[in-house]
Amino acid sequence: MRWYYKLPLRLRSLFRKDRAELDLSDELQFHLQNQIDEFVAQGMDSQEARRAARQSMGGVEQVKEECRDMRRTNLIENFLQDVRFGFRMLRRNPGFTVLTILCLTLGIGANAAVFSWVEGILLRPYPLVSHQERLVTLTGTVRDEKAETSWPDLLDVQRSCTLCETLFVSKITGASLSIGERAEVMTGSIVSANYFDAIGVHPILGRGFEPGEDTGRNAHPLVVISYHLWQTRFKGDPEIIGKTQRLDNVVHTIIGVAPEAFYGTFVGRSMEYWVPASMLEVFDGGDKLEDRGARWAEAYVRLKPGVTRNQAQQEISAIAARLEAEYPATNRGRGIKVWPLWQTPFNHAGHLLPTFEIMVVVAMFVLLIVCANVGNLLLVRSFARGHEMTVRLALGAGRARLLRQLVTEGLLLSTCGAAGGMLVAYWCRHALVLLFPRDVMYLPGQIDGRVLGLSAAICLVVTLAVGLVPAFQTRHLALADTLKTGVSTVLGARGGAWFRSSLVILQVTLSFILLVGGTLLMQSLRKIRTTDPGFSTTRVFDTWIPFVAAGYDAQRAKTFQDELIQRVRALPGVEAAAYARAVPLGYGSFSSTPIAIDGYEPPPNEQPTAEYNEVSPDYFATLGIPLISGREFTRADDENVARVAIVNQTMIARYWRGQNPIGQRLQVKGNWVRVVGVVKDSKYYSMDEAPRPFFYVPLRQYFSIEPDMHIRTTQPLRTVQTALIHEVRELDPNLAVSEMITLQEQVERSTSHELVAVALVALFGGLALLLASIGLYGVMSCTVSQSTRELGLRMALGAGTSNVLRLVLLRGLVLTTTGMIIGIALALLLTRLLGNLLYQVSPRDPLAFVAAFAVMTLASVAACFLPAWRATRIDPIQALRAQ
Amino acid sequence: MAKPTDLVQGTLDLLILRTLALQPMHGWGIARRIRQVSNEVLQVHQGALYPALHRLEQQGWIRAKWGESENNRRAKYYSLTPDGAKYLRQEQAQWRRLSSAIGLVLEMSS
Repeated sequence: MRWYYKLPLRLRSLFRKDRAELDLSDELQFHLQNQIDEFVAQGMDSQEARRAARQSMGGVEQVKEECRDMRRTNLIENFLQDVRFGFRMLRRNPGFTVLTILCLTLGIGANAAVFSWVEGILLRPYPLVSHQERLVTLTGTVRDEKAETSWPDLLDVQRSCTLCETLFVSKITGASLSIGERAEVMTGSIVSANYFDAIGVHPILGRGFEPGEDTGRNAHPLVVISYHLWQTRFKGDPEIIGKTQRLDNVVHTIIGVAPEAFYGTFVGRSMEYWVPASMLEVFDGGDKLEDRGARWAEAYVRLKPGVTRNQAQQEISAIAARLEAEYPATNRGRGIKVWPLWQTPFNHAGHLLPTFEIMVVVAMFVLLIVCANVGNLLLVRSFARGHEMTVRLALGAGRARLLRQLVTEGLLLSTCGAAGGMLVAYWCRHALVLLFPRDVMYLPGQIDGRVLGLSAAICLVVTLAVGLVPAFQTRHLALADTLKTGVSTVLGARGGAWFRSSLVILQVTLSFILLVGGTLLMQSLRKIRTTDPGFSTTRVFDTWIPFVAAGYDAQRAKTFQDELIQRVRALPGVEAAAYARAVPLGYGSFSSTPIAIDGYEPPPNEQPTAEYNEVSPDYFATLGIPLISGREFTRADDENVARVAIVNQTMIARYWRGQNPIGQRLQVKGNWVRVVGVVKDSKYYSMDEAPRPFFYVPLRQYFSIEPDMHIRTTQPLRTVQTALIHEVRELDPNLAVSEMITLQEQVERSTSHELVAVALVALFGGLALLLASIGLYGVMSCTVSQSTRELGLRMALGAGTSNVLRLVLLRGLVLTTTGMIIGIALALLLTRLLGNLLYQVSPRDPLAFVAAFAVMTLASVAACFLPAWRATRIDPIQALRAQ
Repeated sequence: MAKPTDLVQGTLDLLILRTLALQPMHGWGIARRIRQVSNEVLQVHQGALYPALHRLEQQGWIRAKWGESENNRRAKYYSLTPDGAKYLRQEQAQWRRLSSAIGLVLEMSS
C-alpha cells in the first residue's frame, strides 16, 4: 500500500509547490539552528557559530535543489511539457493535423457508431426495462425448427420453471385508433397481466395491469397508452385515466400512461399502447387464448441471477417434453427454445444480427486502414523531423524521453479524433433508420458508458499504433549519418521506405476485401430483388380498408366487399382484382394449422402443419400465380357448400409423393376439405426462403373482416388509387382507404435489411478506398520528393517524360498489385462470413473479384498520377545542383 | 554534480532506516545518532542526508510529520512506514550476507 503514502506527496509537490518549498526551507533551517546551538555549546560565540554552521551545511540552495530532484515530479511535468510541445508541433502543420484528425474521426466514429447501434438494438434494446442482461426470449419449435408458442403452453412453463424469475408475453399487434376526426393504425402490444411488473416499468399515471386481467374472453377492455400517444393524441390530458378509447372499434378504458422513454419490448418498433391478453380476439381474431393448438404468443423470460441460458433451456425442454406427453394432439413434436435477446427471432433483432456482425468487422477494417494511413502520415512527418530528433538525441535527450514525446503527440491526435468520433457517433445514433426506406422503424443507438469505454480503448490502441510507428523509425536513427542531412534515396530503395510501403499494402489489402464484400452484397441484393417471387410485382397493387374501425360487422363487410370488387373490376385498365387475408412478404403472419392428409402417415414424432392464406375468387389470376391443374376458387365456393382448398407444388411433393391430389382430402383445423387445384410455388415470407408447403382456402369459407385487396391493372398507381377512393366513398363516405403500394414495393420493404447491409458496406468500402488512395498518394509523393536527385539524373541522361511517368506509376502499381494479391487470398477466406447475407451468390463469385480489382486499380492509378506528373516536372539542372 | 555511488547511497538509506526503526526522529537527530552509535566514525553530511530523506519519503519507506523538538523548535519528524520496516529487514539481511561474503574474501589470504 505504498501508494497510500506516495500519492498525497506527489499531488502536493505538483499542486502545492509553494507549501512544499516552505516546508523544505523550514526543515533545513531547523538543522542549521541545531548546528549553531551545538557550536555555541562547544564554546563559540553566536556570530562565529552561525558562520561555522553555514559553512558545514555546504550550499543550502544546492541541498534544496537535490531534495527537489528527489521529489520526482518529472513524470507529470514532462508530460505537460510534451503536451504543450505537441500542440505547438500540431499547430505548425495544420494540413497534416487536420488530415490526421479527420482520418481518426472517421475511424473511431465509425466504430463508435456501429457499437452504439449494436448496444442500442441488440444488447440493451429496451430503455427503462430492468435487468435486460438476464432477459431471454422463448419460441416454440417444431422438429427443431422455429415456430410460435401457445398461451396455455407458456402458462405451464411459467408455473413449473424454477430457474425463471419471471415470464411475460408481449405480442406485437396493430389496431386503428380513432380520436376525433382522425383514424390511424397504430402499433401496440398484447401483453400478459404481469408485463409492467415483470419489466420493472411503472406507469407515470394510473396503473399497469393487475393479476387476472389477462384471463377471460374479452373480459378486460383496458389499455395503457404510451407517453408519446398521450402527448400527441390526447394533448397530455392530466385527467386521462378512466377515459375510454376505441381500439379496433372496441371501447377500452385507459388505465395508465407509460413513462416517456419507454417504447415497449420489440426491436425496431415503438409501441403506442398495451392491452391485456384477454383482449386477444379483438386484435388477432379468433378465440385463441385458451387454445393450446393456437400458436401466436411471443414470450420473454428473466432468468434468476447466475442461471445460464443452457440450464434454463434444459429445464424448459423438460417442461416442453412433459407437455408433449400430456397433450399429444396439439404438442406432438413441439418443443420450446430459449434465445438470447440479441438473437430474438420474432422482432427485427434476428434480421439485423448478421448485418451487424458484418458491420463490426467492416468498421474494424476501416479503423485499421485509418491507423495505417495516419501511421504513414506520421512517418512522412517524422522523416521531416528526423533532423530535430537527431539534434535532441545528440544534446542528451534519452531515447525513452523521445519515445514518450512521440506517444504524447499520438495521444493528442487520437484524443482529438476520439472526440470527433464521439460526435459522429452521436449524430449517427439514429441514422440507421434513414437507411430503411419508407418503413417506420424505431432503431435508436445508445451512447453510454460502454460505448465511451470502447471508444477510449480504441483511442488507446490507435495512439500506441500511431505514436510507435515513428518511434520505430527513430530507433534506426544513427546520429552521425542523419546529422549530415542531405538524405536522398533512389526509387525503390530499401530502408525506411519498406515500412511505409507495407502500410500502403495493408490499406490496399483491406480496402480490396471491403470492395469484394460490398460487390458481393450488391449482387446478392440485385438477385434478391430480381428473383422471381412467383407472382407479378409491377402491375399489381395492394391496399386494405379498415372496416373494423368504421364499425362494420362481418356480414356488412361481406356485402360491401362484394359490391366493391364488382365496381373495381369495372374500372378502366383493371384486369383482375381479388381479396386475400394476408399479403405475401408482409409483416403479418399467415394462418397456420395442424394438417392431416388421407393416405399420408406422418412419422411418429411429427405433427404436420402448414400455413395457408384465405383468398377470394380470381386471386391467382390477379397475382399471376400460375394454376397447374384443377380450378381457381369461384363465387360458388362460399359458406353454404363443401369446403375446398388449393395446394402448392411443395405440398404435393411432400404429402402426396407428387401424385395428383385433386379430389383428395386435407384436414384443416379439424375439418376435412377437398383439394380442387394446384398452383406453382411462390415466395410467402421472404425472398430468400426455401420452398415451403402452402395452401389456399376460399375467403368466404374462412372469413376475415379486413382482407388485403389486390388489383391488377395497366393504369399507374395514382390513377387507380383515386378511382378506388372514389368508388369506396360512393358506397360509404365514412370508409377510408389505406396506403396503396405495388407488390414490388412490398418486395423492397421485405428486403430492407439486405439493403442496409449493402448501403453500409458500400459506404465503408468507398471510405476505405478513399483512405487507401490518400495513403498511396502520400507515399508516392514522398517517394518522388525524396528521389528528386535520381529522377533529375535520369532525365539529364535522356529519360523522357513518359519514361519517368511510367517509372513512378509502375512503382505505385507494384504496391497496389501486391496488396490486391494478398487481398484476393484473404477475401477468399473471409467472404464466407457473408454466408447468410448472400442469396444465390457464391462468396467466391469471380465477377465481384474482377470488379473490385478494376476499381482498386483505377483508384490507385488516379492516386499515383499526380506524384508521377510532378516527377516529370522536375528540372534536372536544379535537382542535381540542389545537393 | 557528483552523485554518490549506488553503494554509498544504498548504505546511507540503510543507516537512516535502521535509525528510524528505534523511534521517529528529525534530520538533525538522525545525523547525530548515526555519528554517536558509530563512535564518530560515520559522519553523515547534510548535503547527502536531506536528499536521501526526501527520496525515502517519496518511495513510501518513511513518512514525515511536523512536531516540537526537545528544544521547542518546529521540526520535521520522520518515522518508518510498515513497508519501510519490511524493506529494512530485507536490506539488513542483504547487507549481512554481503559483508560476511566480503569478510570471507578478505580473510582468504591470511
